[in-house]
Amino acid sequence: MLAPIWSQHHFLNKKMFFYILRRIPQTVLVIFGVTLVTFIALQIGGDPTYLFVSERASPEEIEETRKMLGFDKPLHIQYLIYLSNLVQLDFGDSLYYRQPALTVILETLPATIELTIFSMLIAIFGSIPFGILAAIYRGKWIDGSLMAIAMLGQSIPSFWLGIMCILYISLNVSWLPISGHVPFLMLIFQGEFIQAFKNLPTTITYLILPSFAVAFYSVSRNARLIRSSMLEVLSQDYVRTARSKGLSEYIVIMKHAMRNAWLPVVTIIGLEFGFVISGVVVVEVIFAWPGLGRTVFDAISNRDIPLVQAAVVVISLFVIVINLITDLVYAKLDPRIKL
Amino acid sequence: MNSKKTNNQNIKDFLFALIKNKWALTSIIWLFIIIAIAIFASQLAPFDPNKNNIMERVAPPLTLDKQGNMKYLIGSDALGRDSFSRLIFGAQVSLIVGFSAVLVGGILGTALGVYAGYYGKWIDDIIMRLADIQLAFPFILLAILFLVVLGEGLINLIIVLGIGQWVTYARIARAQTISQKEKEYVEAAKALGVNNFSIMFGSILPNIFAPLIVIASFNVASVILAEAALSFLGLGVPPQIPTWGAMLAESRDHIFAKRWWMPFFPGMAILLTVLAFNIVGDWLRDYLDPRLKEVE
Repeated sequence: MLAPIWSQHHFLNKKMFFYILRRIPQTVLVIFGVTLVTFIALQIGGDPTYLFVSERASPEEIEETRKMLGFDKPLHIQYLIYLSNLVQLDFGDSLYYRQPALTVILETLPATIELTIFSMLIAIFGSIPFGILAAIYRGKWIDGSLMAIAMLGQSIPSFWLGIMCILYISLNVSWLPISGHVPFLMLIFQGEFIQAFKNLPTTITYLILPSFAVAFYSVSRNARLIRSSMLEVLSQDYVRTARSKGLSEYIVIMKHAMRNAWLPVVTIIGLEFGFVISGVVVVEVIFAWPGLGRTVFDAISNRDIPLVQAAVVVISLFVIVINLITDLVYAKLDPRIKL
Repeated sequence: MNSKKTNNQNIKDFLFALIKNKWALTSIIWLFIIIAIAIFASQLAPFDPNKNNIMERVAPPLTLDKQGNMKYLIGSDALGRDSFSRLIFGAQVSLIVGFSAVLVGGILGTALGVYAGYYGKWIDDIIMRLADIQLAFPFILLAILFLVVLGEGLINLIIVLGIGQWVTYARIARAQTISQKEKEYVEAAKALGVNNFSIMFGSILPNIFAPLIVIASFNVASVILAEAALSFLGLGVPPQIPTWGAMLAESRDHIFAKRWWMPFFPGMAILLTVLAFNIVGDWLRDYLDPRLKEVE
């Protein structure tokens, strides 16, 4: 006899199964919305044909391009064509590179993923010790200076931080490479595992500066978040109980308080991803990082609009999927959440 | 008469609280200085920010002229334009865009949020699904796409950045409206036959204004950062208008020549202005309602 699907796996209990069922149409709706907005973006400046032809194009050429790209059809038909192309993984063609936009994006995506993951790790785990320290020493100078730095961190433009890091390092010390990139993920995707892991240490030294520049903002915000949620948790009854049982302060904080204090951070991991990727796009430009951000930057100066459009769709889809996953994980982690 | 008195008292309390917090006070004073600099830029700037001087390119800070007077306080750029004058004029774009975009986003978001919260049901559903869609986009990328298509221009920049902000306001306004609409004063207004529009924007809105103001203060900070990022990428206002972000972009070519002053000063201008808005926002949040700590 077939058991119901949710009993086969620990993660999929019955409640969870229905939560996922409810969450999926919502996600599909958001995907529709995202594609509609990127579709509209192209139309909003007037006849999009002019975005695809050179300034000296003759009226016949313009007419021909319009026909070729389907801009002579009614809008709703155009949108349906756009959608069905997307489903077939046709994200349009890059005007500059003269190849499918997706190909260009996939080539640069691994470098961006490396930087994004590394920045996310710093953003999440880097903030925990600072937030806890500040909460434990509430009102003392440690708290004061950490929160002052956090305030500063939320006000520094990431790309400026990147520039100043490069400047300082090129002027004074030279223990980190200034800019550039050594591939790791790209090699993994190509199946060259040995070379990839040989590269890994160098890859990381190249990752440190740009991901620091990207993550500084998030570390600051998360540290403040963890501090306030830690303070809240520390005033709860169960923490008082743990203390009165004579448990050491270390155990109380690490075992009892931490477990609940970092839940608000899990909820924002999904949103964090969106933030971080925005930072990555700009910071890549400074560090000559051969990723998607750099590609978008070049596409802006080349006015390669289909490439920008495709990049926005691809990254947004990423963000949507990550958001879905974090929502599910969060629902699993926190039994109090209403599914 | 009576309400006027309490109003005066409120303003007094507000000013006293402000004077007691030295960081908030410093920030407010700094913001007034920046605003004054932006307004009187053409009087304050020693040079025309767009006047090229090929003979005196990339002059270092504290460059004197032949008579020994200060010429380039913080140096000149690759075209020999006075960086200090450009820095002064740069305040204009940052502040205009910061305030206007927040105004656009704030009005749009608040209106939608109050509508969603007040009417609930399908209106709420539609507006909140729109918010979900917006949140799925990494904002900078969406702004890049629209600005590439629309082309450069101050108005385009304000509209794109403004529309990007509505979700924050809508969410807060919606939650607050839901908590307010069951209160007696709303019931009373309904019983008196006041129309829904007046209830929403005449009665409820003043009561939910405090958290929105707090959000707006933080929001000016993040819009200025976003504007700087877009200018840095070469989007936004036309290149002849000086902006701090564009100055940073230009300084990129001089990093390896170790001309540290070129990125340093515009970056500091952005940092200090954004920091001031953040500090004021923080203080306002604590002052208006300590329970708002969670709102961000």
